[in-house]
Amino acid sequence: MPLLEVKDLKVRVEEREILHGLTLTVNEGEIHAIMGPNGSGKSTLSHVIAGKPGYEVTDGQILFKGEDLLAMAPNERAAKGVFLAFQYPVEIPGVATMNFLRTALNAQRKARGESEYSTPDFLKKVREVSKSLNIPQDMLKRGVNVGFSGGEKKRNEVLQMALFEPSLCILDEMDSGLDIDALRIAADGVNALHSPKRAMVVITHYQRLLNYIVPDIVHVMSKGRVVKSGGKELALELEASGYAQFEDAA
Amino acid sequence: MNVAVAKTGNGRAVSDLFASAEGRLPGSPSGIAVRREAFETYERLGLPHRRIEEWKYTDLRALVGEVLPLAAAPDAAALKRAAEAVKAHAIAGARKLVLVDGVFAADLSDVKALAAEAGFRTLRETLEKDAGLLKTAATDAVIALNAAMATDGVVLDIADGAQLSAPIQIIHIATVASASAFTRSQVAIGKGARATIIESFVAAGAKAYQVNDAVLLSVGDNSDVAHIRLMDDAPDALNVTSHFVTIGANVKFNFFNMTTGAAVSRLQGFITLAGEGSELSANGVNLLQNTEHGDTTLVVDHAVPNCVSREVFRAVIDDRAHSVFQGRIIVRPDAQKTDGKMMIRALLLSDEAEADNKPELEIFADDVSCGHGATAGALDDSLLFYLKARGLPEKQAQALLIQAFVGEAIEQIADDDLREHVIGIAERWLERRQ
Ligand SMILES: Nc1ncnc2c1ncn2[C@@H]1O[C@H](COP(=O)(O)OP(=O)(O)O)[C@@H](O)[C@H]1O
Ligand SMILES: [Mg+2]
Repeated sequence: MPLLEVKDLKVRVEEREILHGLTLTVNEGEIHAIMGPNGSGKSTLSHVIAGKPGYEVTDGQILFKGEDLLAMAPNERAAKGVFLAFQYPVEIPGVATMNFLRTALNAQRKARGESEYSTPDFLKKVREVSKSLNIPQDMLKRGVNVGFSGGEKKRNEVLQMALFEPSLCILDEMDSGLDIDALRIAADGVNALHSPKRAMVVITHYQRLLNYIVPDIVHVMSKGRVVKSGGKELALELEASGYAQFEDAA
Repeated sequence: MNVAVAKTGNGRAVSDLFASAEGRLPGSPSGIAVRREAFETYERLGLPHRRIEEWKYTDLRALVGEVLPLAAAPDAAALKRAAEAVKAHAIAGARKLVLVDGVFAADLSDVKALAAEAGFRTLRETLEKDAGLLKTAATDAVIALNAAMATDGVVLDIADGAQLSAPIQIIHIATVASASAFTRSQVAIGKGARATIIESFVAAGAKAYQVNDAVLLSVGDNSDVAHIRLMDDAPDALNVTSHFVTIGANVKFNFFNMTTGAAVSRLQGFITLAGEGSELSANGVNLLQNTEHGDTTLVVDHAVPNCVSREVFRAVIDDRAHSVFQGRIIVRPDAQKTDGKMMIRALLLSDEAEADNKPELEIFADDVSCGHGATAGALDDSLLFYLKARGLPEKQAQALLIQAFVGEAIEQIADDDLREHVIGIAERWLERRQ
């Protein structure tokens, strides 16, 4: 059974159709890249998978491990193993990062009927992961993402990914606003998490990120549809010739 | 038990309230005369209503209608219930002074331990000799009523230079349903002293009761005082409290109020900065649900130059509850170099929740820095979604954001243990809405 099946998905925002019948299948262990110009609907797709309100699904379905994802609340999707690393992670003043991480992790475990992490186990785990991602401990004491640089925000997303151990990671424009060093740290973190049981969907505008996270399958999105899929060489082709050739196909 | 109705023109019913209580009211003959006069003031004014500017948003006539008869003095059973409540609400290490249904309960209090560090008498004892404590500027009906009806209270004398080794916690406990308790306390803090005064209002099984409390607090020069009030009365109770605070020179005064209970409540504080170089931090949190009405009205009077006042107020309003915050900063003509700031924020958790925020500046000096801000709004959807996408159920995500929101006021409490205690009360309130 595929991990994720998006079938002929049509989505409207404020009466306007943004996704016009999008189909995408992701299996366990695969790394997919979704590429497309600005406004092609990449973030919309990721938001609908994560359950963000404000989107109206008018047709199609999304199955996750065979279950109807659209019938679940966002927190249920998270507990089932869906993780979206946001393009723009929000700042949450007054909620200490450490408290947030623990509350979220335990909420997911509780939803799955698992026991809560003990404090020492939790701290040990956070320390390990944050160290590998070059996240200083004092950052974890601050409010979630408050005063974090762009790179720190993205690393904080990867930290959560490592802690929550989802089976599907969707990374929305992880490279936006990052310099090469920051990008490398974040990408290394993502690669370290890749496993035969865990799939990654890397959404990006540029080919650059795919030098660090190498995809098995590349999809080209244009105007709310997947217009072409292929191997990693498709990304290079795009880099050379641009998206224009696909605009007409859409 | 006949219920006395306190409405304008209904003089007879109102008088019954006083007549039936008179035998229980402590005081010398001259004290009783002061009470009578106060009662006449109350009778003339009646319960405050919306046409009285200060009470515009808290129309007690409409919200409450009647003043209930005085609660009977607590019997053994009542004291036993009160003892349980003391256990549940006592702050670790604090010296307790307990008032049950408006009567001081010596057996539940730490009078001996306190005696080593502070002078203590009951209001009842004090009034036998001196009626002075009943005299407050009583142009406000609920304050006049308090003077007329106060059955007991604590009178604390903290000497010059005293450094209290533990907080003093005054615990008000209601055990009688459908009755009222009137208390009045005085805390006189000398010069160069350090003290923490906590007041807690709780119920021990009682319902639909009424509390009318008054506190007269004075702080001498160079003292460092924390004053914390935690009102967690029964959800169908009434609590009206008036504070009169006078602050000397070079004082650090930190006030915090939290409202988590009562169907209808009003805390009105009149704080006068009467000595130069003092810093006032006055903060509050209203946590309201169902149809609760919570009013915090603070008048900060800069009477002298060179004082700083900071007010941070947060209201979280659920269901059809109504929060009122009126904050007035007065800067007298002499009070140059006053630095007064006030920030009020209300969080509306439902479409029917209501917030009335009324910051006011009355500035009569020209070289001052004063400002205020007031906002009201809902929880930020994008923050909520972020938390939910990380696995938090809706109510838990809300709870985390609400804690952060009130945290900005609670963090003004300097003492770690006290702050944790207050956070605990807020958490229990949040659990009630899960
Ligand atoms: N909340 C919204 N309200 C109105 N239009 C939106 C909203 N979100 C996205 N859109 C529109 O949907 C289209 C796709 O946007 P998006 O999914 O963000 O594209 P991408 O991530 O590929 O750049 C754009 O035309 C954008 O303007
Ligand atoms: Mg996007």
